[in-house]
Amino acid sequence: MRVTMSVNDRECLAEVEPRLLLIHFLRDQLGLTGSHWGCDTSNCGACVVWLDETPVKSCTVLTAMADGHRVRTVEGLARGGELDPVQQGFAECHGLQCGFCTPGMMMTARWLLDHNLDPSPAEIREALSGQICRCTGYENIVRSIRWAAEREAADRDRLAGGDGDDGDDGDHGPEVAG
Amino acid sequence: MTAFTEFPPNGAYGSLRRKEDARFIRGRGTYVDDIQLPGMLHGAVLRSPLAHARITSIDTLAAQAHPKVRAVITGETLAGRGLAWMPTLSQDVQAVLATDKVRFQGQEVAFVVAEDRYAARDALELIDVTYEPLEPVVDARRALDPGAPLIRDDVAGQADNRIFCWEAGDRAATDAVFAAADVVLAQDMLYPRVHPAPLETCGTVADMDPVSGKLTVWSTSQAPHAHRTLYALVTGLPEHKIRIISPDIGGGFGNKVGIYPGYVCAIVGSILTGQPVKWMEDRSENLMSTSFARDYHMRGEIAAARDGRILGLRVKVLADHGAFNGAAQPTKFPAGFFSVFTGSYDLRAAHCEVTGVYTNKAPGGVAYSCSFRITEAVYLVERMVDLLARELGADPARLRMDNLLQPAQFPYTSATGWEYDSGDYPRALRLALEMAGYDELRREQAAERERYAQRGREAEQPGTLTGIGISFFTEAVGAGPRAHMDILGLGMADGADLRVYPTGKAVLAISVQTQGQGHETTFAQIVAGELGISPDDVEVVHGDTDRTPFGLGTYGSRSTPVSGAAAAVVARKVRERARTVAAAMLEAAPEDLEWAGGRWQVRGDPDQGKNIAEIAMAAHSGLELPTGVEGHLDASAVYNPPNLTYPFGAYVCVVDVDPGTGKVSVRRFVAVDDCGVRINPMIVEGQVHGGLADGLGMALMQAITFDPEGNCLGGSFMDYLLPTSMECPSWELGATVTPSPHHPIGAKGVGESATVGSPAAVVNAVVDALAPLGVRHADMPLTPAVVWRAIQGRPLRTDLAVP
Repeated sequence: MRVTMSVNDRECLAEVEPRLLLIHFLRDQLGLTGSHWGCDTSNCGACVVWLDETPVKSCTVLTAMADGHRVRTVEGLARGGELDPVQQGFAECHGLQCGFCTPGMMMTARWLLDHNLDPSPAEIREALSGQICRCTGYENIVRSIRWAAEREAADRDRLAGGDGDDGDDGDHGPEVAG
Repeated sequence: MTAFTEFPPNGAYGSLRRKEDARFIRGRGTYVDDIQLPGMLHGAVLRSPLAHARITSIDTLAAQAHPKVRAVITGETLAGRGLAWMPTLSQDVQAVLATDKVRFQGQEVAFVVAEDRYAARDALELIDVTYEPLEPVVDARRALDPGAPLIRDDVAGQADNRIFCWEAGDRAATDAVFAAADVVLAQDMLYPRVHPAPLETCGTVADMDPVSGKLTVWSTSQAPHAHRTLYALVTGLPEHKIRIISPDIGGGFGNKVGIYPGYVCAIVGSILTGQPVKWMEDRSENLMSTSFARDYHMRGEIAAARDGRILGLRVKVLADHGAFNGAAQPTKFPAGFFSVFTGSYDLRAAHCEVTGVYTNKAPGGVAYSCSFRITEAVYLVERMVDLLARELGADPARLRMDNLLQPAQFPYTSATGWEYDSGDYPRALRLALEMAGYDELRREQAAERERYAQRGREAEQPGTLTGIGISFFTEAVGAGPRAHMDILGLGMADGADLRVYPTGKAVLAISVQTQGQGHETTFAQIVAGELGISPDDVEVVHGDTDRTPFGLGTYGSRSTPVSGAAAAVVARKVRERARTVAAAMLEAAPEDLEWAGGRWQVRGDPDQGKNIAEIAMAAHSGLELPTGVEGHLDASAVYNPPNLTYPFGAYVCVVDVDPGTGKVSVRRFVAVDDCGVRINPMIVEGQVHGGLADGLGMALMQAITFDPEGNCLGGSFMDYLLPTSMECPSWELGATVTPSPHHPIGAKGVGESATVGSPAAVVNAVVDALAPLGVRHADMPLTPAVVWRAIQGRPLRTDLAVP
């Protein structure tokens, strides 16, 4: 069957088997190998990508279900050549070791920070609770996401305190718990 | 130990951010499944649905007729090439594809090569295998019963399911100590079968070039050089025509030490089709068929004087090794390093006896961050010490403090013959107790217990019970001295090559392979420290047998103790060579130069000196060097460790147990680790965090269990539960530093310390919480059901799904 979707802001059109999983489409057909396959059962979250604005486990999404939608993967996390603060946070706080779960963790973290500007460690843990990391014991992942939250708060303060013309954070919407 | 006063050298050590993260945070790592080669085919394995059965026929015709199938391989195909069986790492053989019987559920029966991964899976459905079911041996405790089904009828002379009987220590002396002791206690305990479950499963891409005869294998391997040698021995291909590339590895924890049948099948598939073949197992295959760990049924006995002095330990172990003895450990140690079970205490005598048996379960045996069975050893001794404290009415912290080895006793030879290199145990335990606020915790617990007793357990809301658990562990890592330790005859020494190029930038090639440990950063720091250059100026090459020196690989926390030492030694060789060049540059005698501030300078005249970059350029220039001195700046080294290193630590765990439901929550976990000199403390702490999560998982959640038919009940992450961010507390870490006296930079290994040390702390805490309810022991994993049944006085067997 034919599918069209936007992947990391690029339009793509492909002929796929109806049963093809989104993770395999992204990895094997588009060569976006940053998202990983880890468990088959939606437990580990190594395959988390965004479908439109929502993190999904792409090992349990059919490519056909993404037809007509937008997909964002770890390769689309950096914007304009600049690393996302979440990416910087993971490197700064040793939030990864083998790196296999990291892309999925970062995609969920980005979503969390878009919906909760100042998540507590407990809220971060809740947000990550559907994902597994075998290396870090989670502590440094929590710290990494806190680092990103603080970095973004500082950026907002700087913008607000600067010329003041574009300092509102309206895009981010109200704070909600992860 | 004065040699260590200069560490960390010139600022090279410390919590540098990791070099490898630049690619990982961008999603640009290269794991085996990321490899795409032109014309690459995909393999899939057909597995046995039964635990024990005779194969009567295999019909592959329909599968071969599938339009996308390029080859179907069975045991018969392999037998024609002498590859139906392969040697294990424990002097046994293992079926690559079954020819006669299947001996565990999930065993490899056939291999399909097809044009894509979905087609390969489809074709598996088309293979028709008929089985004649046989009675399986599922309960290890029945494996040696008279009349038990014989699993290994393929082995000439094998009359029962016994693999080995092995003992260590002095039996007579131990019996004498026990006979004379005031207090003797015994406890049966199980360290259940668990699986390392790295997030990336095992897999391979095999590419045999029919023209050059060169086989290139991208593989999830913790030990690429050992794999190459093994492939050469098994297949008969010349070793220099085999190249193993172990790219980024998504976690190993011991799971990726061995060679699995799927790897061999992919290689054969590539030979047969003339095209590259990728095989990646799925999660169920990973959990059901690749190296498990533990599965030790132990009976421990401890002897003590009435005043609490521990005198002796005696252990009997029934070790379930599954259908093939595939355990990975040094040859002379069939039970790994279990005999280090005397732990951190000064005992008069100790003895252990380990019996290994075959069962109809997946092979493996030593894996999962266990330092070759020290997990089991530490769990045993630390549970026994807690039981003794309970018996004597002593505080478990006090009892440990009174019995710990003292700093002056090092180097210390244990009752079972291990020579501990260095330690200050009381200091580590004191720090852990202080960080935990131990005395205050005990006071709170006493008050809580009083309230609980008054309210009674029948009260509507009895509340939770606080438990405080301690463990003190001694690890033995860095295998090992080649005279005593080898795997398949390969001595456990590791090489390192270092080249400094004209502009002073260095490339270090090492034999070990990171699976997340950060070698590209840490090893650069080691070399930088020795040469007085920046870690940014050192590139670390690893994971490619064509580009690195021989060595046994990364497991058993051996990278820093062995390969890290090789890196320091090779850097010192280069530094010595630089001295000769510097002498020529400065027109001084080499012996008149001293290494200070990261450069060679004329003793007494610090203005006259040259740094490595200056020396490197000169070494490649036309500068006239003394006769016999070659140009360039490079060296090779092989490090054969004189002894293991002995990291240690003190852990305190605080849990809340709901006696109504059996649910355990870990409230706090304090971990003080001493791994000698810390090259990169950030990385060390990260590894400790991960190990603690693993230990918590094993203590509370993880177990691979079987039903009476031998069906594996842990075949997915729905069933084999791993800890998430919700089960893990915010770890509280402390450190002491006692350098290893024999390691060139005073470092010890640390990768497995926390996995080794933490399960006992968690279990001790849970049992402590349940003490008012009369619970003396419960076997891992302490799931709500297990805890609740322990409270009811009807303990569950946690290895089998039997009522």
